[in-house]
Amino acid sequence: MTERKIRVLIAKPGLDGHDRGAKVIARALRDAGMEVIYTGLRQTPEMIAAAALQEDVDAVGVSILSGAHNTLCPRIVSLLREQGMNDTLVILGGIVPQEDIPKLKQQGVAEIFLPGTSTQDIANFIRANVKARG
Amino acid sequence: MPLVKEPSIDQEAQYDRAKQVSDHAETKAQRKRNFQTVSLQEIQELYTPENLRGLDFDRDVSSPGQFPYTRGIHATGYRGKLWTMRQFAGFGTPEETNARFKYLLNQGQTGLSVAYDLPALMGYDADSELSEGEVGKCGVAVSSLADMEVLFDAIPLDSVTVSQTINAPASVFLAMYLVVAEKQGANWKKISGTLQNDILKEYIAQKEWIYPIRSAMKLVIDTFEFCAREVPRYNPISVSGYHIREAGATALQELAFTLRDGIEYVEWGRRAGLQIDEFVPRISFFFNAHNDFFEEIAKYRAARRIWARTMRDRFGATNERTLKMRFHTQTAGVSLTVQQPLNNIARVAIQALAGVLGGTQSLHTDAYDEALALPTDNAALIALRTQQIIAEETGVANTVDPLGGSYFVEALTNKMEQGALEYFERIDSMGGMVEAVEKGFPQREIQESAYQYQKALERGDQSIVGVNKFQMAEDPQEVPILVIDDSVRRHQIERLERTRSRRDRGAVEKSLDRLRMAARKSENTMPATIEAVRCYATLGEICSALRDVYGIYEEPSI
Repeated sequence: MTERKIRVLIAKPGLDGHDRGAKVIARALRDAGMEVIYTGLRQTPEMIAAAALQEDVDAVGVSILSGAHNTLCPRIVSLLREQGMNDTLVILGGIVPQEDIPKLKQQGVAEIFLPGTSTQDIANFIRANVKARG
Repeated sequence: MPLVKEPSIDQEAQYDRAKQVSDHAETKAQRKRNFQTVSLQEIQELYTPENLRGLDFDRDVSSPGQFPYTRGIHATGYRGKLWTMRQFAGFGTPEETNARFKYLLNQGQTGLSVAYDLPALMGYDADSELSEGEVGKCGVAVSSLADMEVLFDAIPLDSVTVSQTINAPASVFLAMYLVVAEKQGANWKKISGTLQNDILKEYIAQKEWIYPIRSAMKLVIDTFEFCAREVPRYNPISVSGYHIREAGATALQELAFTLRDGIEYVEWGRRAGLQIDEFVPRISFFFNAHNDFFEEIAKYRAARRIWARTMRDRFGATNERTLKMRFHTQTAGVSLTVQQPLNNIARVAIQALAGVLGGTQSLHTDAYDEALALPTDNAALIALRTQQIIAEETGVANTVDPLGGSYFVEALTNKMEQGALEYFERIDSMGGMVEAVEKGFPQREIQESAYQYQKALERGDQSIVGVNKFQMAEDPQEVPILVIDDSVRRHQIERLERTRSRRDRGAVEKSLDRLRMAARKSENTMPATIEAVRCYATLGEICSALRDVYGIYEEPSI
């Protein structure tokens, strides 16, 4: 039996339109053998959580460059958990000050990838951290 | 016009000698197999007269201040006037940004450039649900004329030129700016400044859009027409390659798409009945200054030449001011690293130097901390000082176009021009830039380049110091960063509520109805927008009125 491919939702919440990173990551993860769904721009946390559920993803990769991460990330995590997606990995990429990282991790963001991270490292992190499903 | 001209016998002999030199060099061992620019373009080891075969110096390069302006639009270069040092700034409340503006002006900055926050860029008020977490974060928060009055308090708009980075709701910001100027007693006929107002590049790259593309183009043309009549010294558009480049385009794609956008605005203006030689001289441009020094310089030189030739040959322009491309330059935000952030000071200095050697009219130098957050006062000051050092200490402003005639730079300039003309042909064959954008063509080209660059970086074919070369486990440089807290939103909502409670509600409604009517009838929307602004209708209300008529843009899946 072929192994189920890892499914990842790449999400772009907030008003910002800088989607270069989101699109490069989406393509790199696809090239790394994952199934990737990109939400498109300006999704609310509610829309992202709904898409994650509907697409039955293993991981949600959130891209935020605008400084709104402290408002948006905790909400995405709690919405996912509320709908029973307790094992869904949430990762964040973007412009995030060091000071904010410990709190984001406490709030359930598994890892924060800053500018300059190789897409290989992100793919490896996802592979190592998504929960195996039966 | 063909670039090829038969070389003379003397030139042939010169080419042969050059060829021998270059054949000799090829036998030596080299550091790498391929030498590429940051745009992944192959660079030869040596450029010789052979690379300039067919170049007619008088026709293609000419003198500074002479057609086709390859060497610059001013005969005296920077000996007459230095470039304008125009630092892009905006964060938090209008009070905070007003203080930053005054600080920068006191430090010798010569023009202002406003960065607005994301709710403003998208046409939402600070109290909109969608604005949560975003107010004052990426720029200054502005929801109505009341905020603009604070933003420009005690800054005389008749003597300081202000550039505003605003696009989808640009006509509203132009209106607010003009009303503030009027309240200061400034004469519209005398004020100058620039509105970014380049909606095409929003659909292509920056993606802060509101209305469907053709309605948005109509709003742009309204500002052209209005300014030509009422604010003749104002630049109603800055056609921008900056964001196209930041989104991942190569230098050539930045050049080609930006100039083709410029052509599209000229065509739309002409179709609306405007006279080429009346409105085109007020079209300005905005380019990126990225890491590859010579590629960038060639891009600026080619840009001027292409614009001059296109305006003359495609549009029959005769006014010299129509032919001369004026542009602003900003160093590449995307090139800044989080790792070892003080290294960014060196990057910015070199990029800025490329802008200056390329003959820019104004320049923004990024602050070293911008990969982390918006700049602190200190980081913004070093960025300004970097320009002042280039201007005052290096001597590069002593002579005009010092790189003109370099085999390498002239060959790259030619290559840029040819590549851009090829893109023009493809876009023309699609029916124009609006059609190309609707088909997703430039968007796809940029995405592909962004991905290819990322792969080159991860293969190690491209290097970034501190990121994939000379990394350090522990960052030796800790830099303080600017924090915008959520009290900004509360402060802004309070002013918004005060403004709403004091204004004449009936007048606001009437002005918004008039605006909807103007939009429906395809009349010029500027007079009605100005009237709404005067009544303190908010940005969100005005954009909503236009959304009622135009609808909103839905991005095609690309």
